[in-house]
Amino acid sequence: MKSVEIVVNGVERRAQVEPRMLLVHFLRDVAGLTGTHIGCETSLCGACTALLDGRAVKSCTVLAVQADGHSVTTIEALASEGQLHPLQESFWEEHALQCGFCTPGMIMCASDLLGSNASPSDREIREGLSGNLCRCTGYQNIVGAVKSASRKMKRRTAATAAKK
Amino acid sequence: MADYKWPDAQHRTLIGTRQSRLDGPVKVSGRAKYTYDQNPKGLLAGAILRCPHAHAKVVSVDTSAAEKIPGVKAVQVLQGPGKEVHWAGDEIVALAAINEGIAEDALRAIKVQYEVLPHFVDDATEPKSAAEETGPLALDDLINMFSNQVPEPQISSTVQKRGISFPVTDDLVKRMRSFNVGENVIKALQSAPQKSPESTRSPFKKSAVNVTGDPDQAFKTAEATSEGLYGVPVITHCCLEAHGVIAHWPDAEHLETQVSTQNVCGMPDQIAQALTGIGIPISASNIRNRQQHVGGGFGSKFAADRWSLAAAQLSKKAGGAPVKIMLDRRAELEVAGARPSAYAHVKLAAKKDGAITAWDSQSWGTGGPLGGNMPPIPYIFTEIPHQRKQHISIATNIGPARAWRAPNHPQAAVLTMCAIDDLAARLGMDPFDVFLKNLPLTPRANVYEAELRKADELMQWKKRWHPRGDESSGPMKRGLGLSIHTWGGRGHQGAGDLTIHPDGTVEYRSGTQDLGTGTRTAIAMVIGETLGLPLNAITVKIGDTNFPHDGGSGGSTTIGAVSAESRRAATDALNELLAKVAPTLGVAPDQLEALYGTIRVKDTQGKSITWKKACSMLGATGVTAHGQNPDPSKPPDLTNSGVGGAQMADVSVDVETGIVRVNKMVAVQDCGLIINLKTAESQCYGALIMGISYALFEEKIMDPTTGRMLNPNMQFYRLAGYGDIPELVVHMMTGPGYDERGVIGLGEPPVVSPGAAISNAVANAIGVRVPFLPITPDRVLAALEKKGGAA
Repeated sequence: MKSVEIVVNGVERRAQVEPRMLLVHFLRDVAGLTGTHIGCETSLCGACTALLDGRAVKSCTVLAVQADGHSVTTIEALASEGQLHPLQESFWEEHALQCGFCTPGMIMCASDLLGSNASPSDREIREGLSGNLCRCTGYQNIVGAVKSASRKMKRRTAATAAKK
Repeated sequence: MADYKWPDAQHRTLIGTRQSRLDGPVKVSGRAKYTYDQNPKGLLAGAILRCPHAHAKVVSVDTSAAEKIPGVKAVQVLQGPGKEVHWAGDEIVALAAINEGIAEDALRAIKVQYEVLPHFVDDATEPKSAAEETGPLALDDLINMFSNQVPEPQISSTVQKRGISFPVTDDLVKRMRSFNVGENVIKALQSAPQKSPESTRSPFKKSAVNVTGDPDQAFKTAEATSEGLYGVPVITHCCLEAHGVIAHWPDAEHLETQVSTQNVCGMPDQIAQALTGIGIPISASNIRNRQQHVGGGFGSKFAADRWSLAAAQLSKKAGGAPVKIMLDRRAELEVAGARPSAYAHVKLAAKKDGAITAWDSQSWGTGGPLGGNMPPIPYIFTEIPHQRKQHISIATNIGPARAWRAPNHPQAAVLTMCAIDDLAARLGMDPFDVFLKNLPLTPRANVYEAELRKADELMQWKKRWHPRGDESSGPMKRGLGLSIHTWGGRGHQGAGDLTIHPDGTVEYRSGTQDLGTGTRTAIAMVIGETLGLPLNAITVKIGDTNFPHDGGSGGSTTIGAVSAESRRAATDALNELLAKVAPTLGVAPDQLEALYGTIRVKDTQGKSITWKKACSMLGATGVTAHGQNPDPSKPPDLTNSGVGGAQMADVSVDVETGIVRVNKMVAVQDCGLIINLKTAESQCYGALIMGISYALFEEKIMDPTTGRMLNPNMQFYRLAGYGDIPELVVHMMTGPGYDERGVIGLGEPPVVSPGAAISNAVANAIGVRVPFLPITPDRVLAALEKKGGAA
């Protein structure tokens, strides 16, 4: 067993884990955060996407011991003070989900994308999210949702700046 | 008093609008709990040892070492010595341990000896040597002939020639008469030679030829004929949330399950029957099944499956502790869903103007160990006057078939629409015109014509279409293709209860499920519409067998059912409320209506009371009303059956690499009265994407040597991704002529046409048919080579 300290959604979690434990299992089974899903198990579908030190990773291909001393953000922490994140709002409004199983991974990947590119084009969104698969609603509305979220975030940034 | 019928267009407040789904917030914030996410206290991890052989007999199973591993709590042999296994991946042993790691370790400690038997997994090669069956007919063969509408004289002569292997009881005769079977057929059956059933070892089962009219003469005198080879392979469902279950026994007599399912209320009966059959007697009423969210099903999640029984068995052995079994991706692809294949040589005869006169098909396909039925061909154009059809069902060791969205229709569409497209090319005609010309051979000519013309407008087909083979220079060739489709979609049997509480809150309970299509939201829209309340005033509780029984979500039957059930329940509850408040407003109840959160006198300004105040007059218990579908005592019928749809594809093909890219797709679809336009359109978008996926990428590839699936993972079982999806245009046919038909389901129809439309577009681009889906680069290049070079 190995001892790890991982900051998950701002809370430090210490645990004894088997070296073979995947980060996704640490999040789901140790931290009890089941919003990060397991789809393909082999880093192809992206349902398990979470942020490691702010960058999107597929948590089914990261070992928990690799995240030792690092910080992880999951879908559960994206909303703040009970307010949905603009991406979450837009995925809802634009009907960018059906069964919803891929949704947390899509949103986490999109949040990484918008972090590095505040106004991505359609093509950049499709490229940025190309590691995430959806089996039912498809991609049309997801691209629309990311664009809508990007507009909302820019408006909010401008509004905050104006207040100062 | 309010009546049950759907409100007409000018009186609708919610129905037909675009509403965001009620479960959006929990799904976008990771709070939606799927079966996979449920971790009850004391949960044990279940795992299954699967057979590595495609066909084998179990000789011995030794689980002693596994049982000794610390942390292993229960071991259950599912198929012991002597059992014959018919596909790789079938379940042999299940066990439960304190965590997944130990469960995996324990599986490795189990020793199983097999006697490996010969397997057969090839379904694409035409079984030319298959002999027509000559042995006696089983009852199933007879039923098949009836349902395929084989002419009665032909049934009589087949019965006489081959004999039968079942008794012609008085009961059977009575049943046949009730279906208007002719006396000559009954006489032929009664005098047919009785033989013992054949036990055939051949994987091929060739049906009798099915003839309508005089196809020989029609082909002889035809002004034009065309022929081609077409096919659709076995594909899998590949649900993102794999199949799985949690089971536990709160006490010795009661079982609680959470099955990842499309069929919440179907589970108790299935599980009770199966458990009782293996020595754990339990009644269905002692089983409670629940599910809040499911990560995809597409037709593959109707059965309780052996793993659900295994979880219950393991839990029992482990003193009732909850046991969770989720399939891993390999098992999900190998055993949890295969759509049957279909291949055919099709010949068509026509007049010079494109009017089709005759159809001839030799088809074959597999759905696993039980073979595969003939898809409904000719598809849509069912009235082609002269037809000959013969089908070979192939039994294979590829794993069991499961219903896949619109069972058999996507296959039938490829076999039919591609053949008609080839006929058009042969005649030098625009397929759009050939389809229009032959619409009188379909059951809904007017609808298809309207839909094709709308699709033309959205695709600019007439302006952009060119004859087969893009003549432009350079390696990129562009082409257009089209297809039409149909489905039933009548609401299934089911029920729900609606309660109006004295505090004004409204609650609806039904055992239905939300596959992701927005069932909760649609129910809330119907109730909100009926009671004059906003969406957020309605609480919808589903996914629990403690609620009124509702049917499984398959065959596009959910929306018609849940909308009719909730409409009837809400109308009855409202009428009780109106009767209570009528004296206060000084009018008869039939002078009242519920609108904008009030109960008010019709056509009178100002005379109203608020919803909340009205409900406070209900007394301590409020009012509860039961709604069901169908319900002839509460007319009219609120659901209907039979829709049409037309789709067009625009593709580019690189003739140097063989890579196909879809540039644009147009889907025009009707489905009666639409409840939520947003989720209806979304069904079409999703169907187009799933269609592009099976047209270009998906295939369950079997290794003839090992009998195993070669691509049981999501790297090599490829699904369409962002980069593969083009501009998608969806148009729903609504308004007069559609709305008054009632509510009809939409899950299946739009997924039928994409394969055929894309295949036709590829043929239009490169000048030659790529016979089989998926249209992969190697198949494109092979077709080009056969044609003799680039387009």
